[in-house]
Amino acid sequence: MLRSIFIYGLINSIILALTAVGFSLTYGISRVANFAYGALYVLAGFAAWVLLHRLALNYYLALFLAVVFVALVGAALYRFALIRVRGMPISEIIVTFALGTALVELLRFFGLFGSAYGLPPLRRATLQLLGVPVDFQRVALVVIGAVLILALWLFTHYTKIGLAFRAIAQDEQAAMMVGIDPDHMATLSLALGSALAAVAAVVVLPLGYIAAESGSNILVFAIAVCILGGLESPAGVIVASLLIGYAQILSVAYFGPHYQMIVALLAILVTLVFRPSGLFGKQKELEERV
Amino acid sequence: MTTDFLVVDELSKSFGGVKALDRVGFSVAQGEVLGIIGLNGSGKTTLVNVITGFIRPDSGHVWLRGKEITGLAPEKIAGLGIARTFQTVRPFHHLPAFKNLIVPLYSSRIRSAAGGGRWGDRDAVALDLLEEVGFERDSSVPYKPAAALPHGYLRRLELARCLALRPEVIITDELFSGLSSSEVSSLMPLMEKLRERGITLVMVEHRLRELFRLARRVIVMEQGRKIAEGPPQAIVADNAVRETYLGAEL
Amino acid sequence: MAKRRERIDRPIRVLTEDIYALESLSRMIYVAAPSVFPVLFLLLLPLFTPSLYMQRVLILTAVYALLALSWDFIAVATGLVSLGQALFFGVGAYLAAILNLHFGLPPMVTLLVSTFAGAAIATALVAPCLPLRGVYFAMTTLVYPLLLARTIEATAVLGGTDGLVGIASFPNVWVERYLVLAFVLGATFALRRLLRTDFGLVMRSISDNDQAVRASAINITVYKLVAIYLASALGCFAGAYFTHLYMFVGLSAFSLDLSILPIACAVVGGMGTLVGPVIGAFVLVPLAEMVRDLGTLRVVFYSLLLVALVLFKPEGLMSFLERKYRQIERWVQV
Ligand SMILES: Nc1ncnc2c1ncn2[C@@H]1O[C@H](COP(=O)(O)OP(=O)(O)O)[C@@H](O)[C@H]1O
Ligand SMILES: [Mg+2]
Repeated sequence: MLRSIFIYGLINSIILALTAVGFSLTYGISRVANFAYGALYVLAGFAAWVLLHRLALNYYLALFLAVVFVALVGAALYRFALIRVRGMPISEIIVTFALGTALVELLRFFGLFGSAYGLPPLRRATLQLLGVPVDFQRVALVVIGAVLILALWLFTHYTKIGLAFRAIAQDEQAAMMVGIDPDHMATLSLALGSALAAVAAVVVLPLGYIAAESGSNILVFAIAVCILGGLESPAGVIVASLLIGYAQILSVAYFGPHYQMIVALLAILVTLVFRPSGLFGKQKELEERV
Repeated sequence: MTTDFLVVDELSKSFGGVKALDRVGFSVAQGEVLGIIGLNGSGKTTLVNVITGFIRPDSGHVWLRGKEITGLAPEKIAGLGIARTFQTVRPFHHLPAFKNLIVPLYSSRIRSAAGGGRWGDRDAVALDLLEEVGFERDSSVPYKPAAALPHGYLRRLELARCLALRPEVIITDELFSGLSSSEVSSLMPLMEKLRERGITLVMVEHRLRELFRLARRVIVMEQGRKIAEGPPQAIVADNAVRETYLGAEL
Repeated sequence: MAKRRERIDRPIRVLTEDIYALESLSRMIYVAAPSVFPVLFLLLLPLFTPSLYMQRVLILTAVYALLALSWDFIAVATGLVSLGQALFFGVGAYLAAILNLHFGLPPMVTLLVSTFAGAAIATALVAPCLPLRGVYFAMTTLVYPLLLARTIEATAVLGGTDGLVGIASFPNVWVERYLVLAFVLGATFALRRLLRTDFGLVMRSISDNDQAVRASAINITVYKLVAIYLASALGCFAGAYFTHLYMFVGLSAFSLDLSILPIACAVVGGMGTLVGPVIGAFVLVPLAEMVRDLGTLRVVFYSLLLVALVLFKPEGLMSFLERKYRQIERWVQV
């Protein structure tokens, strides 16, 4: 029991980190809280399904194209919508939230609920870890998650565009001075954030079904991790994912499946009330700037 | 004149790695005008924010009349009579200029005071205050929406908002910035009048010429630390100050 | 021949805010029209909506009008965006059900208690989040209705997923119809009045620049609490009313619809005007009802409408109506 809690807690934590990292990245760079994030996740799953089952593409190609497609949708979201209301928080929130809702409900209308749609796993196999049986997809997911987060860190610290991202995040005025275009960066940040949501979708969804309902769940999970870790803090994402991930597995094991969501919701509330900047964030102090 | 009217002791505050304030201390006498100068980013605004309660210091204390006010909420500190202006003017845009003053006039500090004005009176008090800071009473200016006022008037409006609190101390944060020389000179009589009235003034300022006419004592800040303090002549003469700050200007 | 549209101020108009020059009947009508006609319209409407279906749509409209008004009031008075109007609705709805089922109170009493006590509960829940701003506050309001719904689901209290049935209905249909309409009218006028007092002026200033309000020795938390209390009272009334109307309450009392549609109404009507959101509800809710057959596509429809309006016509119907009221438009030749 303990060993399986350890293993499944870890897997759950990595899933959380994977789902949250895109939201965190977008917010960290462009200060856009993308409330359409969960919808993009579901969209990615659906796109992969269409490419795979309707167009009968190769498995990896289908997943790759789904990710690219969702990245483009994310970029379009900024280019055609958010750019008009930049700097008006009320409108930004309404636009992303309403677009996300529209997308999810549209997919639901087309029958994307319950267990009608699913993605096949990378490989159907079961491994033994510490004597606990774990299916191949979950193991692959842990590896992919870890690699992705490491790659992202390298990207923001060592590539030119990654450094520009960090410059914008730290001081928009100064970044503009040295010729970085904030709109360009924000478009890229939304594209990248959405792509990450899509990656999470195509590796996590084979564990269950592609359902519109998961849109709001994913949004809540991503927000929970980002808030607890401190928005825009990469280290925070990892620590918060571990905390919430294990808390979820424990509460599900001892109380029941509904508690997975309740834990995440409580994490958001408790953090915002007692430590709004999260475990690692500097956000609160920045906002105090008079 | 008591020298320990407003005392700031060993205030420190860092943001992440940046030490915005590093053990800054000074005291102000009642009715005194104290100037604070320093390059951008030297921690002046942070100092104002800590004194007025907008930012909690990591360590250190602030006393007013021997009573500690460190870490009190901004509204409490304002209620004790320390008014402040903001470096970036952001009036209540949608309100007419004179209605901007209803906000401080509605505070319990003023409402509980005698003659604070109820309902209708408050408008009259507000118009008087605006006239005092130089809004032409019989023109339409006081009735214009604050969003439509030119910059000079917005600075005056900030001062009027402070005066509405009947403060004992006014802390200004770069009040003269962004104003033309003639606008600044037209503000000078007002500042002198405040000094004459016995209001204690702490002025964070970049316009040294005007500041030195008002202040008897000036503090120089650099990277969160106080590097010099003294009368304007001494500050101008100080070599270290010349090097880091005044260099080009004097 | 080229023509150009010209706008001029109407010759008859209110001279200043409070002093009217009432010289003729037409002027009196002109001045009174904006408040008298909507009131008459609303009060006569139930008499001219014969079918049961139309009555239900009317009531639903009034309920959403309350939620929209509540949303707009929060935005005007505190500068905060609520994504969780369903919280207020749900608290009122469940409270009314409990009071009726467990304590046997009649609907009129539960309505009263749910409005005021429910608002107190909702305010207490939101209170710890009041120092937050922008997206942070929006996130907490998004969380609350979900959290309450999931908790009821998980613990199976209050009827769990089945909800509570057998709740008393209103004494008669006229009470049922006029109660909610009267409440909409009363609340709209009262809140508008409130915002014009000095107290309300301080509230509006908070949404402009809360720092300057604090620097003016005013405790903004108190004002925010009052604003949230009033706003949640409207939502709780709507919820309690709905419970008695349908004699049922379930998890749908926390549904997302109740949070989004009010925002859409407010945007259609004109944010920040209080009357606008009510007008918006009367435009949007019947429209949304007409397409109810489309199922969830309905939500798609008004979400997209909402986005389009925020992006391209953020000023709303109200500013259009105001312009029509104050100015004459005509075509002139150039
Ligand atoms: N709220 C804040 N969060 C993070 N850093 C801040 C904040 N306020 C000020 N700083 C930093 O502290 C230093 C001092 O800033 P400030 O007090 O505004 O200086 P000044 O007013 O003298 O120009 C600067 O390096 C600034 O970037
Ligand atoms: Mg400054």
